[in-house]
Amino acid sequence: MLRLEPRAAISRKMRWLTPLLAVALTVLTGAVLFAAMGYDPIQSLRAFFVDPLTSRYGLAELGVKATPLILIATGLAVGFRAGVWNIGAEGQLTLGALAGGSVALLFWDQEGWWILPLMGIAGVIGGMAWAAIPAFLKARFDVNEILVSLMLTYVGLLLLSALIYGPLKSPEGFGFPESRMFSESAVLPGLLEGTRLHLGAAITALVVLVVWFLMTRTLFGFQVTVIGQAPAAARFAGFSQKAMIWTSLLLGGGLAGLAGLFEVAGPIGQIVPTISPGYGFTAIIVAFLGRLHPFGIVLAGLLVALSYLGGENAQITVGMPQAVTGVFQGMLLFFLLAADVLVRYRLRFGSPASSPRAARS
Amino acid sequence: MDPVTALLVTVVTAATPLLFAAVGELVVERSGVLNLGVEGMMLAGAVTGFAVTLTTGSGTIGIIAAAFAGAAMALVFGFLTLTLLANQVATGLALTIFGVGLSALVGSGFVGTPLPRLPRLDLPGLTDLPVVGPLLFGHDVLVYMAVLLTLAVAWFLARSRAGMILRAVGENHEAAHGLGYPVIRIRYFAVLFGGLSAGLGGAFLSLAYTPMWIEQMTAGRGWIALALVVFAAWRPLRVLVGAYLFGGVTILQLHAQGMGLFAVPSQVLSMLPYLATIVVLVVISVGPWKGRLQAPACLGRPFHPTH
Repeated sequence: MLRLEPRAAISRKMRWLTPLLAVALTVLTGAVLFAAMGYDPIQSLRAFFVDPLTSRYGLAELGVKATPLILIATGLAVGFRAGVWNIGAEGQLTLGALAGGSVALLFWDQEGWWILPLMGIAGVIGGMAWAAIPAFLKARFDVNEILVSLMLTYVGLLLLSALIYGPLKSPEGFGFPESRMFSESAVLPGLLEGTRLHLGAAITALVVLVVWFLMTRTLFGFQVTVIGQAPAAARFAGFSQKAMIWTSLLLGGGLAGLAGLFEVAGPIGQIVPTISPGYGFTAIIVAFLGRLHPFGIVLAGLLVALSYLGGENAQITVGMPQAVTGVFQGMLLFFLLAADVLVRYRLRFGSPASSPRAARS
Repeated sequence: MDPVTALLVTVVTAATPLLFAAVGELVVERSGVLNLGVEGMMLAGAVTGFAVTLTTGSGTIGIIAAAFAGAAMALVFGFLTLTLLANQVATGLALTIFGVGLSALVGSGFVGTPLPRLPRLDLPGLTDLPVVGPLLFGHDVLVYMAVLLTLAVAWFLARSRAGMILRAVGENHEAAHGLGYPVIRIRYFAVLFGGLSAGLGGAFLSLAYTPMWIEQMTAGRGWIALALVVFAAWRPLRVLVGAYLFGGVTILQLHAQGMGLFAVPSQVLSMLPYLATIVVLVVISVGPWKGRLQAPACLGRPFHPTH
């Protein structure tokens, strides 16, 4: 029988090897899956993982898709490290997009440099406000933040739906559930001529650097780690658990809100009924795949963004259903979580006792 | 059938998938495991039930296959979280993402294919009774199965020895282990039951509720089921009441939309189950009953015997 033997210390080598192992296993299983579905596995894998990266436009699109994933995952990872389980980033993203987008719609007939920063602030506040609800309930009444943040995601999505079919609907939109197009001043400037890569990508890179600095070079980062790994020691050291709940949820919510704003002010350019294809949930995969480390998250975000692009591309070129993307993302996380056991345990086969039969009784 | 009775009958059908999924998850959570992959397991059940019924022509085989599909998904979750001690939250989310993708992939050939609805169990005479007749009789077999399953779970958890052991595992796995109970094996059974039940809930959707396959046809019911378990404070009979209550809200919202009954947008009504769950979460965390209505103490905590 398979047996787990705890390692004396976490294996650092395994910590960075397991994501690679997970990716390799996913690609391998993917090839088998493609073959089973009757597609040429080599051609399909190429369409999925290689072709999207062969053009300038494709690379820019990778950045467009990776931006929200990395931004959200960077914020969530801080909470996960501290043992605060915010899984409602999708809702926080939606509220950020709504709040920031509303600012754009408020000033739709005006031009000015101040509109975008104002939208950014509103986006962050929108996301923070939504995350503040589970933060308050957790800090005050010890209510489970997993369930509250999750429930609020659905409330947020319904709120978006109510508003886009109501007050935010464009008066010139022929009844379509879409807002006005944002004005020139309310759209993020592009970074690369002829592509959709926008300023949000650069800001995300900056955020990653700041969070990395916070986590590795400041007392705050140390507190996060101690509270997450040794809550009793943290109490003894006088670190406030409640402050950490607030900080990590507000950080995660604020960055998710900003990501939502980047979507509506970047690639979309207006508020629509579906703002994100589940970036808030997928970012959780990204955070884990990136080992909850800001730089790891950048790599993981690019990889998972590729699964979105690959899914779109495989649909166009080989006619594969786009659902393959979800299968890949799910498998990737499964393999990573399975491989993760190697970080903390050694695998041993057979029983510690001489005979397996004796051990079972 | 008068309109009010017809409305109440639709409440029954809206409640059934929720009841299946929630009562399964309830058993899982009472054993101390949090499986957020209900939505994925329901979808696996829905697509499998549909595909198997279509190819074999037998609804019974379809239902059984759906239950197995849900259990198969649950087995993946169990292996990762129970054997390999992976994080339950992350694994559950992965299960949902995976289930959404896989079911869409498997079902891509079936979109738009109609299927005859599961037969209703008509009891001549009884079904024709006014109001009570259509309300209590003449549903398909899954509607009754869901209720019976819930009653069985209620009895099992409250009265049977195995049920008490399962609860003990959920409340204090160290102690249960110390007494010699196989914690991991018991949790495996609970997780598999949860998958089975979620699969049945999915099968109800694709075989009876709307007898066809639509991508993501569960439409968030797996998450509502999770909410329902909390709403019911981990009690099976309250899940039964809650499922019918939430089902009622769904139907009310559909009809309110159609008739322009309320001044509020229909989306606000749709928010009610989620908001109610948050309120319940707060209430069970603050009141004098705190502790009696709390979540199983070991919910979401991995267990690894150290010797």
